[in-house]
Parts: sequence; structure tokens; C-alpha cells
Amino acid sequence: MSDKVIYAMYGDDEVLKSGAKKLVSNGIKIAEVYSPFPIHGIDPIIGVKGTRLGIMAFLYGLTGLALATFGMYYFMVVEWKMNIGGKPNFTYAENMLAFIPVTFEFTVLCAAHGMAIKYLLLNRTLPGMPAQNPDPRTTDDKFVMEIRLSENHGFTDDQVESLLKDTGFVELEKKIIE
Amino acid sequence: MQKEAAIREPLILGHKTFHDVTEDVCRPIEDKAPKMWYILFTIALIIGLYGIGSICYLLGTGIGVWGLNKTIGWAWDITNFVWWVGIGHAGTLISAVLLLFRQKWRMAINRSAEAMTIFAVFMAGTFPLIHMGRLWVGYWVLPLPNHFGSLWVNFNSPLLWDVFAISTYLSVSLVFWYIGLIPDFATIRDRAKKPVSKKMYSILSFGWSGKAKHWNRFELVSLVLAGLATPLVFSVHSIVSFDFATSIVPGWHTTIFPPYFVAGAVFSGFAMVQTLLLVMRKAMNLEAYIHTKHVEYMNIVIMVTGSIVGTAYITELFISWYSGVEYEAYAFLNRATGPYWWAYWSMMTCNVISPQLMWIRKLRRSLLFTFFISIVVNIGMWFERYVIIVTSIHRDYLPSAWSMHYPSHIDIAVYLGTIGLFFTFFLLFARYFPVLALNEVKTILKGSGQSYKESPDYHKHH
Repeated sequence: MSDKVIYAMYGDDEVLKSGAKKLVSNGIKIAEVYSPFPIHGIDPIIGVKGTRLGIMAFLYGLTGLALATFGMYYFMVVEWKMNIGGKPNFTYAENMLAFIPVTFEFTVLCAAHGMAIKYLLLNRTLPGMPAQNPDPRTTDDKFVMEIRLSENHGFTDDQVESLLKDTGFVELEKKIIE
Repeated sequence: MQKEAAIREPLILGHKTFHDVTEDVCRPIEDKAPKMWYILFTIALIIGLYGIGSICYLLGTGIGVWGLNKTIGWAWDITNFVWWVGIGHAGTLISAVLLLFRQKWRMAINRSAEAMTIFAVFMAGTFPLIHMGRLWVGYWVLPLPNHFGSLWVNFNSPLLWDVFAISTYLSVSLVFWYIGLIPDFATIRDRAKKPVSKKMYSILSFGWSGKAKHWNRFELVSLVLAGLATPLVFSVHSIVSFDFATSIVPGWHTTIFPPYFVAGAVFSGFAMVQTLLLVMRKAMNLEAYIHTKHVEYMNIVIMVTGSIVGTAYITELFISWYSGVEYEAYAFLNRATGPYWWAYWSMMTCNVISPQLMWIRKLRRSLLFTFFISIVVNIGMWFERYVIIVTSIHRDYLPSAWSMHYPSHIDIAVYLGTIGLFFTFFLLFARYFPVLALNEVKTILKGSGQSYKESPDYHKHH
């Protein structure tokens, strides 16, 4: 199914933000915003929900904590008890203090790498992936708003354009994508 | 938009636009490298290759080629290891701790400081690995199932904690650094004209497109990684200090070591950042982004951490007397007045006196003076580790075993070689990577840029 897409390009993040506010209040759904840096406050306007990656990081951290604990319990207490200088360390509790550094490091290792991998997968930013920004200038100093007609039933492209007219865009482009 | 007090010095000088930021950072990458770059790169590479050659000789012959002996089992190797790990502390401190404290001046320096961190930790890791003598069995430090039966590594040993600490620190720093680099690689990719560089930067940028949802995740990931990296900064050097503190050698067996080592690490790390950035800002025309104010902030960090280090030195001396343990007291008396007095007093001069000069505003804002002090601190911190390691063990309980450490030429070559390799990596980084977190810098342009601060409507909103 072919779809008509309108790209409105802005030269300033604040101008785009106020333009987006106006469009949304008129019932337009903004499909995407491309920007060279994070625009603070754009997410609630265009309906981007907060990410739950933080919770994921916590879970990965817990996994690391559990792995480190069970690992050291198995290596040092179950499989091969070490008699170091005749000191009693044959139970996990007696040995726990010595295990804290590795437990901590392994927790951080799993949380950080788990979250980083999840982040790259969610974004689909992986080596060799093609860039999807509509204009190369959006990674430099331009900000682009993408509006899809298929998501805005009841609006024609001319109506959208007239709404965009005095939002202060610098360029407007219409594209038909298959 | 966040605003800051108008009387604060702007962080970005001149009348820069978003596009100017992109231009200023990308131009050195796109232009041909200056002749000076080739000269420095060649020198660094030759020294680095000499170091690699020396390492190969060491591996082929055995660590007897170092100047170690029966009394002094650790000397330059571990000194260099601790020195490099210490230097590697500034980068993550800048990008993680300062992110949590919302210090915006970090944005101009975090990228290169973190690159420095990663290369410094590479160099640090070399020393324990080659100290094994048999590099090819280096993987035995990991708890892997093996054919020796139920033989595992000893999780009670601080040396094993070190393995986990250093590898976690290195890999987490690397990931943190790279996640920040992705959007900036995308900027270079979208500007690249030559097909080869376009292809290279497309691969490096992972197809980043700057979508709103991606930026939303980006900011959270940066924050959480900063939160995770912050305790790492403190834990890594604490664990390095446990290598000494958990032993029973007089001079090493001190509870003050963890905080003292962490402060010393930040101290030496910032000194190295100053050394590198003062040259880089000039060579790459980044004076508008890394200017006197940034240097002053870093000098204040050097002053504070240097004072902590100085206090620790004096506390150590006091406790050695107060403890009433004669071996402990002798270890410190021997440091100050024994055959290694020169190392002790160079450490004291470089690390205790020189940071105190930073109380004077004129001096801490002088770039030339800062450069000089940064070198002095780097030397002083090397001597600190040398003093701690060598002077504590060179005279042990039996006078018949007393000895001196004289570095062999392999000791010196391996050390210089790591410096050469470090600069080789750093020069490559400066040539092909965006040395400034350019897209992050754009976020503070309106809040802390000079032209916006001077504009009449700066105070109107909010």
C-alpha cells in the first residue's frame, strides 16, 4: 500500500517543538522526529513513551548477582573447599566478605552489557544497518518532523500543509513510499 | 530549555551555531592530517614497536630479563600497571560522575578523556599479563572448567578480584564510550564524500538515524551506565590497592590504601587529561570548546585530590609511628631516609607541594603553568607507586636478604613502549574519531554558549 509522507524541516529545536504542539492539538499524529541531539520535552508531545530499559538493566544486574553468588558458592564451597592458612572458610557465610568484590563487579558487568546489547537491538542500530534519516542534515543542524497520511485519516496532504504553514519550517518535502 | 546564571563563564566561546560545532569537530577528520601528526605518529609508533619487541624478547626468554631479584619480586611491572590504571580513572570519572552531578563542562572533554582511559587500561593490562611469563596461559585467570579436575581460581585472592575489576572496568568504559560515539559517527557518515570513509563511518555508526525514541533510550542508557560506572571508578582502584593492603608487608598493610589510591588515581588521571588536551585543543583548533574555564575546573579537581593524597601520605607516616610496630615505623623511615630517599622526596615534592600552587587563581588559569604541573604530577605519581612497591620490600626481615632494584633495559623499554603505544592509539583516535562529543555539545550551546548568553532575550524566558 502506498503512503504519502510529509517531511517538515526546521532549523531550531524549539521551533519544531512549538510546531509539533500546534499540530498535535489539531489532531495530527506525528510519526517521527529526527534530530541531531535529544530535544528535551518532545516525547510527551509526539506520544513517545518513556523507555523501560532501566528496569531491564536492573534485571540483568540481578542475573549477574545470582550467577556470581552461585558460581562462587559452587567453586569455593561445594566443589573444592580451600584450606587457606588453616582458617575456617568452608561455608559461604564465612567466606562471603571475600566474595563481595567479584559479586559487585560481575553484577555491574552483566547490567551494563545486558542493557547496552538490549539498547542496540531495540534501536536496530547494529553494524551494517542502513541509516534511516530522511536528510543527511538531520545529524548536523536540522530537525525533521515526519507525518504519515496513513496515520492521519480525515486529513488530506493540503490540509496538513496548511497547518504546517506558519510553524516556521525551512523546507517541506512530500514523498510517496510504497 | 535549561538556563544557567549569566555571570557564569560561557562554556562555548564565540558565536557558534549548531553547524559550526559540526564543522569544527569534523574538519580535522575530513582534512588531510597535518605534517606534525605524521611526525608524532611515527615517533610514537617506533617507540611502541620497540616496546612490543622487548615484550617478545621477554616472553621468549622469561621474566628474568627484568631487574627483579629474590627480594624484589615486584618493581617496574606493577608500578607501571598501577600508574596506568590510575591514569585510566579520569575518563570515567569525567563522563560518569560528572554526568550524575550534571556538570556541563564535562561534555567538551569526556570523549577524549574516555578514549585516554581505555588506552591507558589497555596498557595497564599488559603488565600483569606479561608478568605471568607465559602469556599463552593467561586465560587460566578465568574460572573455566578444565582438565585438571576440580581446580578453580581462588576467589579469596585480591589478585583475582583485580582480574574481574579491570576487565569489567575496561569493557564497561568501552561500551559507554562507544554508545556516545554512535550518533557522532552518524554525523560524520552523513557528511562524508569519499566512498571509503562513507562506508567505514556507516558501519561504525550502526545506522543511527536520530529518532525521538532512540534519543529517549540514549539518554536513559547514558544515565544508567553512568550510575553503574560511578561505583566502578571507586571500586577498581580500591581493589588494586587491596593487592597491597591485604598483604602483611610493612608499608603495604594499611587500611588507608583504598581511598588514598582512588584519590591518587583521579589526581594522576586528570593530570594526563590536561597534558593531552592542552596540546589537542591547540592542534585541532578547539580553543572555543576547551578553554581556560575547563582547564581551571580540572585544576581544582587536581588540587582537591592532590590534597587528599598529601593528607594520606602524612597520615601514613603518623600511623607508622603511632602503631608502635617497629617494622612498620622502619618501613617509613627507610622510605624517607634510606637508599631510595630520592624517590620518596620526588614523590613528596611532585604530589604534595605542586597541587597546592593551584590555590592561586592566576596559576590555575595559566595554560603553560598547567601543562608544566600536569607533567610534574605524572612523574610524581609514578614515583608514588615505585616508592610504595619497591621501598617496602627491598629491605625485609632478614638483613641478609636486603637488596636494591636496578631496572634492566627491558624494564625501561617495556615501560617506554607502553607510552609509545598509548600515544599511537591516541593519535589514531584524534585523527579518525570525533574528539568532542559534538552532538552533546550542541545540547548546551543555547544554555552555555557565549552568543546566547550575550543575546538580550536570554533572561526573558523561564
